[in-house]
Amino acid sequence: MANLTLNHFLVIGALLFGFGVLAVVTRRNAVAVLMGIELILNAANLNLVAFGRYVAGGISGQVFGLFVIVLAAAEAAVGLAIILTIYQMLRNIDTSRTTTLKQ
Amino acid sequence: MHTELVIFLFLALATLGGAGGVALSRNIFWSAMGLLSCLVGVGGLYVLLSADFVAITQVLVYIGGVLVLIIFAVMLTSQIQDINVSNRSMGLVGGCVVFLVVATMLSFVAIWAPWKLTDKPPVVDTTAAIGNGLLGTWLLPFEIVSVVLLATLIGAIVIARKEVKSDD
Repeated sequence: MANLTLNHFLVIGALLFGFGVLAVVTRRNAVAVLMGIELILNAANLNLVAFGRYVAGGISGQVFGLFVIVLAAAEAAVGLAIILTIYQMLRNIDTSRTTTLKQ
Repeated sequence: MHTELVIFLFLALATLGGAGGVALSRNIFWSAMGLLSCLVGVGGLYVLLSADFVAITQVLVYIGGVLVLIIFAVMLTSQIQDINVSNRSMGLVGGCVVFLVVATMLSFVAIWAPWKLTDKPPVVDTTAAIGNGLLGTWLLPFEIVSVVLLATLIGAIVIARKEVKSDD
């Protein structure tokens, strides 16, 4: 019996989430941190669609997934605009050196 | 059903390999390429979950939009030849500990929780069903999302534009 089950997709989602957290925690480049956030959103989205397919039935999970995709695109646009502005002001986007709010 | 499992393993390899590239690659541009592989893999997994409309949206919005934006930002902000651009702040050991804790905990929950599985067959005509749903059951969230997108558009332009100062 080698059918695909819910657990397959949930484990992939868990590993994807772990890689996203790893990227957010270890990276200093702000664009790479943003990529980690995209990984986390994708992991959550995969879980939503998988639950919609195997637990809830119907299309509710897919509609939630669509909303998450739209909000992720909005978040990426605003985040990258902020990163470009920071780069114009400070000439670098190292998250350990953009600390002007602390001073 | 073996072909399904083989396709699943291939897509999982592309997804997790790409995600590992995003998290571990030293060069920021290769991280972006890893993100590409990861997004394509997740799109394929959506197809395996019989969510074809979500898969197409994933390709259009993520790969056609977000990834291009990210590559633009990479090109505009970092010296790609400089290998130290994406060096690490926390150290790989601490990061790996975080990864192992998070991934094992979530996988443990995913495998051992008693999910109440449904035996309903998947919706085949998802595009029509989603279209009806968006203009029926989910009309209010749909409208709110459109307002959010408009606000995001204006906000991103306001943040990223250059201020023109008139020298009177």
